[in-house]
Amino acid sequence: MKITNAIVEKHGLKPDEYTKIKELLKREPNLLELGVFSAMWNEHCSYKSSRIHLKNLPTKGKQVIQGPGENAGVIDIGDDDAIIFKIESHNHPSYIEPYQGAATGVGGILRDVFTMGARPIALLNSIHFGSPDHPKTKSLLNGVVSGIGGYGNCIGIPTVAGETKFDHTYDENILVNAMAVGLAKKNKIFYSKAKGLNKSVVYVGSKTGRDGIHGASMASAEFDENSENKKPTVQVGDPFTEKLLMEACLELMKDKSIISIQDMGAAGLTSSSVEMASKGDLGIELYLDKVPCREEEMTPYEMMLSESQERMLIVLEDKKEKEAKKIFEKWDLDFVVIGKTTDTNNLTLKFNSETIGEIPIDALTSKAPLYDRKWTKKKLPTKKIDIKDLKKIKLEDALIKILSSPNESNKSWVTEQFDQMIMNDTVQRSGADAAVIRIHKKEKAIAVTVDSSANYCKAHPLTGGKQIVCESWRNLISVGAKPIAITNCLNFGNPENSNVMGEFAECLQGIREACEFLDYPVVSGNVSFYNGTNKKNIDPTPVIGGVGLISESKNKINHLLKKEKNIVLQVGKTFGHLYQSLFFKDIYSITEGPPPEINLSNERSNGETVLKLIINKLIVSTHDISSGGLILALAEMCLASGYGLRIEKPSKLFNLMEYYFGEDQGRYLLEVEPENLQNVTKILNENNIFNEAVATVQNDNFEILGELKINVNELYKTNNKWYNSY
Amino acid sequence: MNSSIVVFPGSNCDRDLAIALEKLHFKNTMVWHKDTSLPKSDLIVIPGGFSYGDYLRSGAIAAKSKILNDVVHAAKDGCLILGICNGFQILIETGLLKGTLLRNKNLKFLGKDVCVKTINTDNKFCNKYEQNQILKFNIAHNEGNYFTSTDHLKELEDKNLIPFKYCDGKGNINEENNPNGSMNNIAGIFNDKKNILGMMPHPERMIDPVISNNDGVKLFSSLLN
Repeated sequence: MKITNAIVEKHGLKPDEYTKIKELLKREPNLLELGVFSAMWNEHCSYKSSRIHLKNLPTKGKQVIQGPGENAGVIDIGDDDAIIFKIESHNHPSYIEPYQGAATGVGGILRDVFTMGARPIALLNSIHFGSPDHPKTKSLLNGVVSGIGGYGNCIGIPTVAGETKFDHTYDENILVNAMAVGLAKKNKIFYSKAKGLNKSVVYVGSKTGRDGIHGASMASAEFDENSENKKPTVQVGDPFTEKLLMEACLELMKDKSIISIQDMGAAGLTSSSVEMASKGDLGIELYLDKVPCREEEMTPYEMMLSESQERMLIVLEDKKEKEAKKIFEKWDLDFVVIGKTTDTNNLTLKFNSETIGEIPIDALTSKAPLYDRKWTKKKLPTKKIDIKDLKKIKLEDALIKILSSPNESNKSWVTEQFDQMIMNDTVQRSGADAAVIRIHKKEKAIAVTVDSSANYCKAHPLTGGKQIVCESWRNLISVGAKPIAITNCLNFGNPENSNVMGEFAECLQGIREACEFLDYPVVSGNVSFYNGTNKKNIDPTPVIGGVGLISESKNKINHLLKKEKNIVLQVGKTFGHLYQSLFFKDIYSITEGPPPEINLSNERSNGETVLKLIINKLIVSTHDISSGGLILALAEMCLASGYGLRIEKPSKLFNLMEYYFGEDQGRYLLEVEPENLQNVTKILNENNIFNEAVATVQNDNFEILGELKINVNELYKTNNKWYNSY
Repeated sequence: MNSSIVVFPGSNCDRDLAIALEKLHFKNTMVWHKDTSLPKSDLIVIPGGFSYGDYLRSGAIAAKSKILNDVVHAAKDGCLILGICNGFQILIETGLLKGTLLRNKNLKFLGKDVCVKTINTDNKFCNKYEQNQILKFNIAHNEGNYFTSTDHLKELEDKNLIPFKYCDGKGNINEENNPNGSMNNIAGIFNDKKNILGMMPHPERMIDPVISNNDGVKLFSSLLN
């Protein structure tokens, strides 16, 4: 078959990229080889637009065992225990087929974690939908939530935290990011680097079908009006088989049979085999007639590009085949030797002993295109609004409107579709600042959270990038955890657009600065470009997944108010920044102006001091102040506990709206028992941390003297209405 | 006391149950679904999960597995059998318990804590609880909506074969506090001889106040009585 320009274009390759392929091969590729190139050179697999920016991220630290570049990142949590975690996007498939798209997103990220030898112990998700009024939103929400639950509940890993947001920017391109966290022994971590010649390459798991062919290429292009036709490129998930695969792999890992292991995720057999060979500086030979197939007459092209789920590739030690096969037979899974490692440094594809494709490994990896795309800097927007010029609104009305909005409503409609308790180590379930998972049979626990702030990133990417890292850090501190490391999922529009590329470069710069300052390195991540439809790009939405450590799970803390007459202290100063706030957006539809400033030095000292107070048991509840400002944070503490608050009014110099709804950063609320108040303020003052008492715990009413008084039950009803009536 | 947990490839509450049983000093054995015979047991537990994937009716294939033959025999000999969640569904599919479990009334998976009231404590499984005690248990299921014939429902009530019913925090049993739509708020049932209990809530998740509460402990300690 002659490769025409049309065929090249259909494979998502640019004409100059095709020229480069011919140069690297010193000949024209055949269709199979072209398919392999397209699978490896697309944005999703090659990171060709993002690599030069990603390399600036801080990825090292005392507790980092493995940074980016493997299936997932690995951190040390002491006593020979390691936590392995990563977040990944499944945006494009989920928009086309929400249930399967979301389900296989969960399946894929779980494989990344158990491939490295970890038993998964928690799942998280960050899901962004279009405006609730958009005709597709309701069915997408239903499909995605039940897809995430369907997979996690069945395989038996608790889904413990997440965020669900709505904004018209995602009307035609939703975001579905899934994060998995696993537990392994430090000396039992498995990597994808192949070693040794003539070692058996084994295919295990499900059979290969025609689903998901070119999935990664689909995820590397914008949507248009024909995107619905891409349904066949969406994979179909089978959590039951994944459970079998997970148990079989973990069983095999107890022994020393595995040299290298890699899951067949995006670009399936192609990327898994190429990656193993590339990391090991070896060649690999595959006998495609041996690949277990689900459908009849599948071609080598289809086998190499299928993204059928629940499959793994393993390079085995000599003489271990028999034992390994026995384990996979026990779990009723396919186990077939389909190739071997070679010294040719080529990917050699054979079918019935005939060589049907041969490509140098480096042509697919290190020599893949790398772009330094044009990008433009974004200026800090100016402040043009005087609050006094806006139409007056009552404090109570504004609070009610925000609490009953889709974004701030109670999310139990979502979280109740997830099994949060299975494995019986969930110390803190979703709804708090972070979830807390106990390390099985031990005292210690980890805290996990996912966060994003797309509107801050849109307004000023550099500040937005810093802010989400800080937000993540603060959320971990607020449950009593010492933050250790992050994983990031970078959801952006079309990188060929210089504004989008600017958003990407500057968000990353912000993430980098904050991570460096807070000693909070990036250990894994994923880039998802081309989020948009017909040239309309989504707002930049980097999502941060954070992991922290609590040395004793019984010392975890949450935001539930504990006792009448306790004092609520605010840590960090209020300036009243309303630009990019929920208040401006929800009440006045104002979306202009800069995001709140980030002061990394305050952020660090405030957080570290709060953590010290928690560890010394001087405070009984904590909450970070984020979107919605002080008043929303106070209301959330009431909603979670059923207690009321009597809230102080600010000095006369403050505008009430700025004081209560301002989104200044680096702030926390601490509930302190009266007898500890003096001690707590002393410690805060000694550390030069700004603090002031802002409320007192009482029964029944959420109250600001002379301004508002609402029964907490009423507040609860307001907050719980939206999902059930949508 | 010797206990056995039957493990299907898709079981996922087996570990949690083993920990609960071991905490109460049961001598427990995990029995793989391909095993053909059960060790001698005083208690057999069928755990929650997705047995064989449950792509057909939940528990339907598990009910036909070889190991279940042994469970049925043991049950007839009076061995104590406890089926939780998917285990309850399997016991129903084998015919050891009557009725059926339909999809939840809101057609969604339900994972949350609910209150249940002890209705019958005069049996092997609940004798350490007090009558009309309100417990908080976790539920996590898609198909827990108990349904049966009017005659059988009457029999369950008349013969006192219902140990737990869903209720509110004060013990009121009404439709508002029926999470999944079960007839008469039924959360679990016995067979006639009360040696077989099937229930949707997970007592094994309620054995540790750091995680949840201790409300499930007495179900296991009752068995030791």
